[in-house]
Amino acid sequence: MGISVKHISKSYKKVNALKGISFEVKPGELFGLIGPDGAGKTTLFRILTTLLFADQGTASVSGYDVVKDYKSIRNSVGYMPGRFSLYQDLTVAENLEFFATIFGTTVKENYDLIKDIYIQIEPFKNRRAGKLSGGMKQKLALSCALIHKPKVLFLDEPTTGVDPVSRKEFWDMLKRLQQTGITILVSTPYMDEAALCDRIALIQDGKILQIDTPQGIVKHYPKKIFNVQADNMYELINLLKDYAHQYSVYPFGEFVHYSDKRADFNTADLQSYLTEKGLKDIAIETTKATIEDTFMELAK
Amino acid sequence: MKTIRYIIQKEFKQIFRNKGMLPIIFVLPLLQLVILSNAATFEIKNIKFSYIDNDNTSFSRALIDKFEASTYFNVVSNFPSEKIASSAMLKGDVDVILEIPNNFERDLVKDKKTNLSVIINAIDGATAGVENVYINQIVQGFNKNALVELMQPSVPIAIGITNKPKSISSITSFWYNETLNYKTFMVPGILVLLVTMITLFLAGMNIVREKEIGTLEQINVTPIKKHQFIIGKLFPFWIIGFGLLTIGLIISKVIFDTPIVGSLGLIYFYTAFYLLVILGMGLFISNFTDTQQQAMFIAWFFVVIFILMSGLFTPIESMPMWAQYLTEFNPIKYFVEVMRMVMLKGADFTDILPQLLKTLGYAIIMNGLAVWSYKKTS
Repeated sequence: MGISVKHISKSYKKVNALKGISFEVKPGELFGLIGPDGAGKTTLFRILTTLLFADQGTASVSGYDVVKDYKSIRNSVGYMPGRFSLYQDLTVAENLEFFATIFGTTVKENYDLIKDIYIQIEPFKNRRAGKLSGGMKQKLALSCALIHKPKVLFLDEPTTGVDPVSRKEFWDMLKRLQQTGITILVSTPYMDEAALCDRIALIQDGKILQIDTPQGIVKHYPKKIFNVQADNMYELINLLKDYAHQYSVYPFGEFVHYSDKRADFNTADLQSYLTEKGLKDIAIETTKATIEDTFMELAK
Repeated sequence: MKTIRYIIQKEFKQIFRNKGMLPIIFVLPLLQLVILSNAATFEIKNIKFSYIDNDNTSFSRALIDKFEASTYFNVVSNFPSEKIASSAMLKGDVDVILEIPNNFERDLVKDKKTNLSVIINAIDGATAGVENVYINQIVQGFNKNALVELMQPSVPIAIGITNKPKSISSITSFWYNETLNYKTFMVPGILVLLVTMITLFLAGMNIVREKEIGTLEQINVTPIKKHQFIIGKLFPFWIIGFGLLTIGLIISKVIFDTPIVGSLGLIYFYTAFYLLVILGMGLFISNFTDTQQQAMFIAWFFVVIFILMSGLFTPIESMPMWAQYLTEFNPIKYFVEVMRMVMLKGADFTDILPQLLKTLGYAIIMNGLAVWSYKKTS
């Protein structure tokens, strides 16, 4: 009853946007599609929201087939496109009312569902949507997508271009929405947001690399991973990349995430190599692989 | 119904909130009507007239006086020689040179015959033709009077009245536009232009705009029906079309005093169908374009062709045959015809029935195509 995608393929004139994707989203689940720009996330959303036909494969949303039962789907899903696409020249209240009306409902009827979110932008309800800040636009768009009490909510990169505080608030709202039983499919290029989902699918070049829980997905990282630190970050990266036994080197905040090819890797070896090359204040310690590490590894 | 009403309400709100659009809708058309009706005239006036008078008699001066008296000619100069006159024509100082030969009066009296030479700047052929006709009219009028004056004394009175020179004069009566007022002819046509252009541009750009700002995608995911959306989007422009027609009619009555002989109701009745054609066309254009810019260019392309082939500025009868057949597909042509027929001739319903039926057919085809090509999925 959630979302079911089976062998969906879609190509545009020259680009193969989706290459036989399959996955299931359970009812009431918060499912994340994690992938870089151009991975095919938006194409998948457009197919699931009946805006686009797939070349191959079948998909169903909330039990309805995306091709045959498109009318039922349009009644029961909420879609928030990546780009802010409400009427900028209508006020907050007018936008909400407009979407309520074309879904054949009223704002009052489903106010409970959006109350938490809408209350934050209600003081600005007579302001034109175009004059809202990024975070407020996002809240309005979410309110509009929820106004008809959808069973499934599609959010295409909802937090791209939104400040960190608003992003956090947004995810808190999603968590609360999930408790009302709504199935949520959300896409994001941010790895830190991935950890907040129930399950995630890593997607790249139209293919799914891995599907698992955020905790489970990092287990797919095949090596032990180390935080390496030194006084000269740039030199450190270059030296690590030149190191004969390196398996992967990625800068990660103030550290460099390093993994080694050898099974019997000893941190002392690396320490002496780096000291020899003239780096100071070297610190090497084991750490857990993150989703980002896993993604980089799987995307290789 | 509720949905449609709400969309219409929303459209009107957006139209009236768009501060850049309001003047385009209401002020520009009025300026257009006032300016074009006054300026787009084929009447040729203020012709720069010059002459070379080699005769310098009372007779030749009388001829020049005739030109001076005409409202069509401005007598700008009198040249001593043809050479100077030619160079003035080359510079564009004069349009017409009339050369009166030596012994003009003497030849006329003695031989009852003489020649005048007229040089006309014919870069614009149509204008030159008209100027030639004006000049001929003046010269012939002068000629007739001259013959009477010159011949009468020589006729012996004894022969009696029968030998008095006779002439036949015709008095023309111009129907439907008695004073040949150019504006009476132009205003109904320009009114058509204004209603068509503004409505087509606005309707064509309106749905593309939703595409451009991404709201169309959001709308397409909703259960809204195709017809609800289309009617809701286009109905406001149908109303605006009527608004424009009304303002235009008021202006043509107040400023130009254009006669409205026929029934106003009939004009509105026909316009109701005509606007459907235009709105269908606008929707059709917006289905095949992705940006307002593209829509604007395509709409402009069609409008220019339709206007030039509508019989508004140039008569359809003088176009080549193939072009005349093409004008059958031009909705503006029918509207121009109907407006002129109803406003100036007082045509009634049965008179404009052929145009009405063709427009109706056009509206059905155009809207059919537009609705068919409008897809909620891409």
